[in-house]
Parts: sequence; structure tokens; C-alpha cells
Amino acid sequence: MPNDGHLQRGNALIALALPAETENGGFHAPGLEDLHLPEILPWGAEYGTGFGKQMLLVLLSIALISWFLVAASRRGAMVPGKFQFLGEYSYSFVRNSVGKDVIGERDFRPFIPLLVSLFFFILVNNLFGSIPLLQLPTTSHVGTAYALAGIVYVFWIGLGIKKHGLRYFKVATVPSGVPKAILPLIVVIEIISTFFVRPITHSLRLFATMLSGHLIIALSAAGSSFLLLEADGLLKPLGLLTLAGGVGMYLFEILIQVLQAYVFVLLTAIYIQGSLAEDH
Amino acid sequence: MNNAVILAAEGANPLIPNVWEIVVTVIGFAILLFIVSKFVVPAFEKTYEERSAAIEGGIAKAEAAQAEANAALESYKQQLTDARTEANRIREEARAEGAQILADLKEKAAAESARITEQAHVQIEAERQAAVASLRNEVGTLATALAGKIVGESLADDARSARVVDRFLSDLESQQSAGASK
Repeated sequence: MPNDGHLQRGNALIALALPAETENGGFHAPGLEDLHLPEILPWGAEYGTGFGKQMLLVLLSIALISWFLVAASRRGAMVPGKFQFLGEYSYSFVRNSVGKDVIGERDFRPFIPLLVSLFFFILVNNLFGSIPLLQLPTTSHVGTAYALAGIVYVFWIGLGIKKHGLRYFKVATVPSGVPKAILPLIVVIEIISTFFVRPITHSLRLFATMLSGHLIIALSAAGSSFLLLEADGLLKPLGLLTLAGGVGMYLFEILIQVLQAYVFVLLTAIYIQGSLAEDH
Repeated sequence: MNNAVILAAEGANPLIPNVWEIVVTVIGFAILLFIVSKFVVPAFEKTYEERSAAIEGGIAKAEAAQAEANAALESYKQQLTDARTEANRIREEARAEGAQILADLKEKAAAESARITEQAHVQIEAERQAAVASLRNEVGTLATALAGKIVGESLADDARSARVVDRFLSDLESQQSAGASK
């Protein structure tokens, strides 16, 4: 964004800015190192806590979502106001379009809290990347993505065992109606794809899209800043081009952030449905 | 592990997580999940149920009101028909009663007039009898005196004269009745 870089260079607010360092007048593209911001509690660093902006934003998101959902649901008026309507609309989107449609009318109710919590948590943490000053999608840190995918992974395996007992592993890996000859091969593929690849893709999809989007925006912001302020006369107008491109990417990134939250929750629902299914 | 954390903090390999970020995320998400399942979902579900109950209740109420209105209309129509029948019946009865009263009155008047006529007849007869009796006495006396004077003969003998008069009168009466029968 335009406010990145030059305004806050050498400023105490550096923790909130995306750095666009210019060394000796040359352009230095922001890399992964620049996205890892200084820690807020530096004394904790000795113990490896690295309590930084990302963790602060995670906690902020918990407070924001809890406040929003509780406030929107508490009144429970027959004819909802705008605020209640917004809460109900997004709640029923997850409840019906994801939970009910994927898991099925009969079984979906116990999973509403998990799906709703996941959706709002990822949505808000993704959108942090598009809110000025916050400007960090917390899910672009792989730890958060691993944590969420790990929770879901443990949850659907536990659910499958609870539903089928140990027979669940047979249900999950041995598809019915496959010829005996190729069955061993299929079982190996199923084991790898279900129990190993699935959690990795689940977490990395979220993490990678957020990180790359974040990098693209940081790059276009830093590039615009450099071109407009530091470049030679003829190159300066190109800064406007990168700025326009950056704004376009910013808007596109909002779409991606919402979409990834939806995709993550949708996959969670599909995994839950798979655990409940009688047959593979 | 410490190594990995430091590497991540330096951003050397983006796939190596900061363990504390995982811890914070898991704890934070657990808190969120607790709040959502404890307060948010029950509240939203309750609102949904109340709303659908209110809508269904409203429909049921409207149907009940409609049925009630139909019943009331039916009952009013019935009452109206009853009232018309009743009015007709009363009118018929009144007409019949009027005719009855008229007939009674006519009969009574006829009886009264018959009674008066009868009474008048009786009275006239009685008066006639009285007149006949009184005439018989006086005519006898007068006729005797007149005849005595005419014939010069004393007709003082009352018994004889009375017989003569009686005979005369019974002749007269028989002539009269003969005349009447004629």
C-alpha cells in the first residue's frame, strides 16, 4: 500500500510497516526476512517465544470474533437489525451452505461450532492482511496454518474412530468395489493421500496463498515507493503503473482471503463427512 | 527444536513453524471454539427455532381465525334463517288467532242478540197475559153493567155473570184461535 515504506522509514512504528529498504540508492525487493517483524516483547526472544505482531493479531482476532458473534446472537430478535442480520447471515452461510449441504441434514448439527469457529477465525485472520496498519494475514505464518489443519486432522480421525471403532481405518483406506489384484496399490495410495497428504495440503494451501498474496502486495508497494521517490526521472511514471497494479492485487487479495476461509471450512466439512460415511 | 524456531524467526525457511505461534493459535482457537459452542450457536439456533415457531404459529393462528370466522358466519346465517322462520310462524299464528277472535266475537254477538230477542218475546208475552187478565176483569164488569142497564135485569148475581163472561171470552178466544189457525 502507498503508506508502506517511505513514510515510516526509521520510525518507531516500523513494527507495523512493510519495509522497503533502499541501500545505496539501489532497489532491494522485500523478501521473507522482511516479513518477519521485530518482536514486541524482545526479552521473551531469549526463550524463543518470539511473541510478535502475529500472535498479538491472533489474540485480537479471537477477541473481535467473540465480541461480534456474541453481540450479534445475544439479542435474538424475531426481526433482526442490520448488525444481527450480518451475524445471522454469515452464521447461516456456514451452517447451511457448508455444514448442512456437505455433512447432511441428519448429522451436521454437532459440527456447527467447529465449522463456524474455523470460518470466522480464518476469515478475520486472512482479512488482517488487507486492513491498513494491521496488514498481516496471520495465516501466512505457517505455525497458525499447521495448528488449524492439525486440529481438524485430529478431529476427523478421532470422529472416525468414535463412529466406527478401529474398523474406521479399513473404511477409510479400503475402497469397495476395487478388483483384488490392484487393491494393495490402492490401499497404499489411500493411506498416503488420506492420512499424510491431506493435512499437509490442507495447511499449506491456506498458508501459501496468504504468504504469496502478502508478498505480492509488499513487493508492489515497495516497488511503487521506490519508483516514485527514488528512481530517475523517466522511470518515475512507471511507479503509477505498479501502484495501480498493487491496488488491483490488494482487491484481488481480499477475494482470495475470503475464498480461502471458505475453502478451508468446506474441506473440513468434507473430511468430517468422510469420517461419518459408512462406505469409502 | 530451538534451532528451528530461530530459523523461522529469521525467515530462512517459511515451512518451519514458530512453535509459539502454534501454541497461541491452538489456545486462542480453543477459547473461540468454547465461546462459539457455549453461547453463539445455542443463541442463533434458539432464534431460528423461535422464528420458525413464530411463523408456523402465525399460520396456525390465521387458520384458526379463518375457521372461527367461517363458523361465526355460518352461525349468523343459521340464526337469520331461524329468525325468518320464527317471524313467519308468528305472523301465521297471529293471523289464525285474529280469525279465531273474529269468529268468537261473531258467535258471541249472535248469541247475545238471540238472548235479547228471546227476552223480549218473553216480556211481550207476559205483558200480553197481564193485559188479557186485566181486560178480562174489567171487560166483564163493564159488560155486565152495560148489559144490566140495557136489559134492566139485575145481573148482580156474580156467579152467573162470571160464568156468562167466561163463556163469552172462551168463545172469543176460540174464535180468535180459529182465526189465527185459518
